[in-house]
Amino acid sequence: MEALRTDPDICARCSTFDCIMKCQYMDYDLEGAGREIAKLRNGERSAILTECVTCYACEEYCPYDNHPFYFIVEQQERLGIHPVPKPVEKSQVVMMGPRGEISEKQVGSPVINMCFFTMMQGGIRGPLFDGVSLIGGSNIFCNLMFLHFARNSTIKERLPVVIDNIMENYLSPSDVNELICYHDECYGAYTSWAPAFGIEVPFKPVHFFEFLYKRLCQMKDAIKPLGVKVAYQRPCSNRLCPETDRFVDDIFGLIGAERPERLYEYDNALCCGGIIEAAQLFDLAEENLRKNVEDMRDAGAQYCVFNCPFCFWTMAEPVMKLGMIPIMMSDLCLMALGQ
Amino acid sequence: MSTSAEERFIYSRDQGVHDAHVPDYIVLPGSTQEVRQIIGLANAEKIPVVPMGGGLVLSGLTIPLKGGIVLDMKRMNRIIEVNESSHYAVVEAGTSQGMLDAYLKKNCPGLKHSLPDAPPVATIAGNIAIHGSGHLSQSEGGFHSEMVTGLEVVLPTSEIVRLGSCSTVPGWFSRAPLPDLVGLFLGWNGTTGVITKVGIKLFPRQAFHDVLTYMTEDIDAGPDILTRIIHTGMAEDINYALSPKPDYLTGFQMIVMNITAHTEEELVMKRGLIRNSLKGLYETKDSGFMPMPSNMKGSFLDVPQKTLSKFADVRKGGGFEYVGAIMPLEKIPEACRAGMSITDKYDITYSLGARIIGRGHSAMFFFAYPFNRADEDEVGRVRMALEETNRAALSMGGIPWKAEIGGQKMILEQMDPATYEFMNRIRKVIDPNGIMNPGNWEV
Repeated sequence: MEALRTDPDICARCSTFDCIMKCQYMDYDLEGAGREIAKLRNGERSAILTECVTCYACEEYCPYDNHPFYFIVEQQERLGIHPVPKPVEKSQVVMMGPRGEISEKQVGSPVINMCFFTMMQGGIRGPLFDGVSLIGGSNIFCNLMFLHFARNSTIKERLPVVIDNIMENYLSPSDVNELICYHDECYGAYTSWAPAFGIEVPFKPVHFFEFLYKRLCQMKDAIKPLGVKVAYQRPCSNRLCPETDRFVDDIFGLIGAERPERLYEYDNALCCGGIIEAAQLFDLAEENLRKNVEDMRDAGAQYCVFNCPFCFWTMAEPVMKLGMIPIMMSDLCLMALGQ
Repeated sequence: MSTSAEERFIYSRDQGVHDAHVPDYIVLPGSTQEVRQIIGLANAEKIPVVPMGGGLVLSGLTIPLKGGIVLDMKRMNRIIEVNESSHYAVVEAGTSQGMLDAYLKKNCPGLKHSLPDAPPVATIAGNIAIHGSGHLSQSEGGFHSEMVTGLEVVLPTSEIVRLGSCSTVPGWFSRAPLPDLVGLFLGWNGTTGVITKVGIKLFPRQAFHDVLTYMTEDIDAGPDILTRIIHTGMAEDINYALSPKPDYLTGFQMIVMNITAHTEEELVMKRGLIRNSLKGLYETKDSGFMPMPSNMKGSFLDVPQKTLSKFADVRKGGGFEYVGAIMPLEKIPEACRAGMSITDKYDITYSLGARIIGRGHSAMFFFAYPFNRADEDEVGRVRMALEETNRAALSMGGIPWKAEIGGQKMILEQMDPATYEFMNRIRKVIDPNGIMNPGNWEV
């Protein structure tokens, strides 16, 4: 296991401090941001470490891909700073850990990794998913969520085992080398976090939206354009793979959905608020949620589409209360196919 | 009436660990007059009578220790009156919790009664008679026995008496201002008469529901956290739990607060006030609220709660019993430690927890032990654990609730002799032939 691949000199030379200046949850002027980043880099107890709501966005904001968020998490853990109450953190470590035995299973490409969200596999149905193999469960759960808990160590400990489990039990025996990641978190783990810590990923991760887009292209003739306005709730882990955001637009183009112009969209997207609530910042969480869903409504959205089930569970009720329909992206695509 | 061997077998036991005693007769009366006739005959012939509601008490209170008649009240299940203005219902003694709840939901949707975390077939009368508690016990004034507005009772000498306002005027709205005789039939384990009708308080049913869960690892922190929440006056129900299962909750105390409101704004306000009450604690991050997205809230919002029923089957084999002890709030940490120590000693699993009664006036602490009924060794260990738990509860300043015969004896040994003498004198007056549930509250 290598240390985090980050270069302190890049931060020292930085003049824009985008990681902090663009942050939606911190309020620093340029001088203050520079001062706090210097403290952070010096291993001191910067206020950033306690003010961070762990939205992951600075990973996207840094123009040098210098992993400011992973560095924050490293420092939080080193200094014993707990963004989430310790009992909640400890309980989650046990709850999300590997359990039961994993055994070899024959799969065929394409393979979709449902991650911990096997309860969502009811949405993987019909001709859109013809021929896919589904895998999932705690033994192949990436554990990237522990970034929210200042526990890079848990990811470091578990991710290599998870990768081995995937290879040894599913991909290698079936001679498959691509893995479609149902959740951004897994995709981000394999394409961003793992390389940042020098962990080799022996398969090709594919974003779920890319898979959906390509399948929809093959089924173009069966699509009945929806003609609806759909707001997209961008999850925190998509900040680790912002290049995949374009697939939302590509899919919408195919299925006749309009992504309405919003205040909180693309790199200005707001967190669902679930993790802010976990950090016990209740007023901020509620204000954040209110701003987010009102912005969707004001933009004329009829639907709010999700990739992340946790965002869905956090936001479904407030979305519905404002007259919009919460829906997972796979279900939206199925709707366009009349399924 | 039945004397068939099969039915006598069924009525000879409950789901707990206590020895079976076979009744001679099982009788299901259909009216107060029929109860009166049965009791009159039994009194004349000196035949023991054991009144029974849902038969779910687990601690053997409806097992006919000296044979005789088990008087199963389930046929008397009519809902006689619901007074929506004065917020009470009058029901026959065999009316189940589920029946009244369903009736109110359909016919009086603005009202509800306090539901115990028991299967819906538990009866209203049985539950009030054992000083049961439920989901409104914290917010609406205490034990279900404290929510009784009146009773109709058939005395062991076969007179029918009405107690509370219904004794004097038509309405069943209050026990005050008359001399309160209702207590003569609550907590007496059926040794003073047969309850045939109950007047019970109803409360507003709110449309909005939410649940908050607070976690701590510090066993001694419980009373302070609970008191802070209680003092907000914002929670409808407050429960405390400590269980080794599921594994990700091992070692953590969970405090579950149910909130209800008439509007969304009220719900938000209540949630905010509860959170503020714990701010000084959660800011340290040593304890805190567990995030609960909507998919996790479902089972926590259930009334009655089904989690304990599910836990009851964790060992498989159909055995489950618990010592419920009514105790002061500050004894919760000691009770937790005692429970863990006893279960460790007897190598059995457990669920420990408490429901707050009144505004912190007491807690119903449960030491729940599931077991496999087919495993005689385990049944024996649970029996010993229950006995030791009763003793521990008493020694720490609590009182075993709906205690089985052994537990009752421990209570009586510790009770002021003058009090026990007074109890016996009253019973002698009410039941001169000692026909009512003999064996209970006896040394």
